[in-house]
Amino acid sequence: MQGTLDTASNGRNPATNAAMGHAEHEDYRLLGLMTFLFSESLMFGGLFAVYLVYRSSNGAWPPAGTEVELLLPAINTVILVSSSFVIHRGDSAIKKGDVGGMRFWYLATALMGIVFLGGQVYEYLNLGYGLGKNVFSSCFYVMTGFHGLHVLVGVLLMLGVIWRSRREGHYNAEKHTGVEMTEIYWHFVDIIWIVLFALLYILTLF
Amino acid sequence: MTQAQISMDAVSHTEHPEAWKWYHYFWYNTDHKVIGIQYLVFSFIAYLIAGVMALFMRAELYTPNSDVLDPNLYNALLTNHGTMMIFFWVVPAAIGGFGNYLVPLMIGAKDMAFPNLNAIAFWLNPPAALMLTISLWFGGAQSGWTAYPPLSLVTNNLGQSFWALAILLVGTSSILGALNFLITIYKLKIPNMRWDQLPLFCWAMVATSALALFSTPVLAAGLILLLFDINFGTGFFRPEMGGNVVIYQHLFWFYSHPAVYLMILPIFGIMSEVISTHARKPIFGYKAIAYSSLAICFVGLFVWVHHMFTSGTPPWMRMFFTISTLIVAVPTGVKIFGWVATLWGGKIRFTTPMLFAVGLLAMFVLGGLSGVTLGTAPFDIHVHDTYYVVAHFHYVLFGGSVFGLYAAIYHWFPKMTGRMYNEPLGKAHFILTFIGTNLTFLPMHELGLQGMPRRIAMYDPQFEAINQLCTYGSMLLGVSILPFLINAIWSWGWGPKAERNPWRSLTLEWQTASPPIIENFPEDPIVWAGPYDYGIDTEADEDDTTVEDMLAEVGAEAR
Repeated sequence: MQGTLDTASNGRNPATNAAMGHAEHEDYRLLGLMTFLFSESLMFGGLFAVYLVYRSSNGAWPPAGTEVELLLPAINTVILVSSSFVIHRGDSAIKKGDVGGMRFWYLATALMGIVFLGGQVYEYLNLGYGLGKNVFSSCFYVMTGFHGLHVLVGVLLMLGVIWRSRREGHYNAEKHTGVEMTEIYWHFVDIIWIVLFALLYILTLF
Repeated sequence: MTQAQISMDAVSHTEHPEAWKWYHYFWYNTDHKVIGIQYLVFSFIAYLIAGVMALFMRAELYTPNSDVLDPNLYNALLTNHGTMMIFFWVVPAAIGGFGNYLVPLMIGAKDMAFPNLNAIAFWLNPPAALMLTISLWFGGAQSGWTAYPPLSLVTNNLGQSFWALAILLVGTSSILGALNFLITIYKLKIPNMRWDQLPLFCWAMVATSALALFSTPVLAAGLILLLFDINFGTGFFRPEMGGNVVIYQHLFWFYSHPAVYLMILPIFGIMSEVISTHARKPIFGYKAIAYSSLAICFVGLFVWVHHMFTSGTPPWMRMFFTISTLIVAVPTGVKIFGWVATLWGGKIRFTTPMLFAVGLLAMFVLGGLSGVTLGTAPFDIHVHDTYYVVAHFHYVLFGGSVFGLYAAIYHWFPKMTGRMYNEPLGKAHFILTFIGTNLTFLPMHELGLQGMPRRIAMYDPQFEAINQLCTYGSMLLGVSILPFLINAIWSWGWGPKAERNPWRSLTLEWQTASPPIIENFPEDPIVWAGPYDYGIDTEADEDDTTVEDMLAEVGAEAR
């Protein structure tokens, strides 16, 4: 947004500053979100490292009795990865000032996220073992659950964006930081899932 | 957190009264100066409570038998003394308190980049304190501030869980604060301040924040796994289920070794400010000190296994981490030499902040030397988990961080409160603290070398005499807080009014009123001298205005 650090205005013009909403200086929220996601990725990084150490120090992986199914998570992966493209259509729409288009694509992405979560719950119910079975099952449930929590937050963010966009002009071609932040967050959730899918499902084949 | 960021533009922080009233400090407020004071007062109360815990522990250790405290209570006090001193005193006071108060002022900004996020980060602390109180109510966590499994899995599950929740909350607060500092310094530094004119405290905060962003989430992962192991029957740290207890130690120390730099890097920044100002000399080796902070931040990420030399660590790891630990002493030494060279030939004024800074130099060198011995695997294996370790980290944490915090409190007291502290009381405080610290912690080296294990309520009678010496010292330390409390409370309310710039310091925070007005500067400040250009203007020939003249212009005449 406008309102760079300008010594002439120096924030002493509250009328214009307040009208811009995020007063006083440029909007650094995107940068803030990326920094936060960087930090967040290290939390997942810690979990990934833990998982790989357990995998290398245990004989059979996954241990007998805790096999995973592949078909449903593969479908889920396709859904989640393609949702990243869908949400990007929404971002392109708002950049052209098309609020209706943005709402449509964001709703579609949110629905895909909900389908993903539903698939996840279905998988949990049909695996036949709980998280206390052995260290693999512990890793499996905690890591996918932690990621699922992020998906849920992403869905809520999208619904929040749709809810806020009901007001005429809340988002427009120039002012749509919230929309962009949601998209970046969703891509992050997506990338984490790809790594998780490789670790928890593909790696169990070898 | 993302939701909080999104809703931030809804609240404008431009509407505020002329000046803050006392009650504004007790409620949600986005002014970085209010938040800084909130952090400082909050953490100081935690310091007093944790200090009383320590005094009870020392009273218990006066005799070999347990006659003051029940051993379980001793364990709870031991855990919470460490936890509170680290997570509720040094980290929030140094980073949250002084970082928040000083960084925007020093870079000439009106506030932090994300004022609301800043306030949210502070207000995560009171619930964390509540969690810790609940944990104590249920008997307290028993397994030390490190919470190693299996001990943390088999002792007081309820207390341990609430303890972990408290740490998760302050960890989140720390991450949010760190990203705020990084973006604030990077983006809001006034344009005519070059990077090599950035005060060294801000450089230290850059390094600190980067380190917090890297390491804190890994601790969070470890604590979440621990919580699941305690409450939901997972097997991460249960060997019978294929888990591994050493994994926890890796996750824990990947954060908690950098955490010791989180606790000392801001203090190093404070040292550079205080020593240069009170010695009236340009800091020696500005760039070396600035870059050594970054070097400590980087190397500090690769030394954590030196806490685990006795955890079945393979020899190649011991070798690697011994070497990296010794390397991290190099940038620290660069700083120490920089400060000593700054003092050399300076016009030293032995004000209270300077006394604490010089005291810190002496204490930290001792603590650093014992750190080098501990970082060397062959020696560490002999003294691991003895009082030698306790002596070492109290020299760097008390003699380092706490001395630095006292120096900072005295140095910025006139700026924060608008009133001067009482100098004789400050000196009395320093003398009592310095003697008390050495009396308490110096004998512990000998205790450790003789083989007394730490974290125990009862010990072999042969260690009794030295333990009594330590207990006398700790009681002296307990008394030493009294002149400080009297001084701080009395001066805050009724001390003589402070000028704008009583130390005639050159960093930007001294260019505004004491205490600063709500948006810091009536107009954007101008960088007319480097932050440490003391004394070098006397030979200025081409330009008639000297630094002395310019100091006079902002109301800081030579005395």
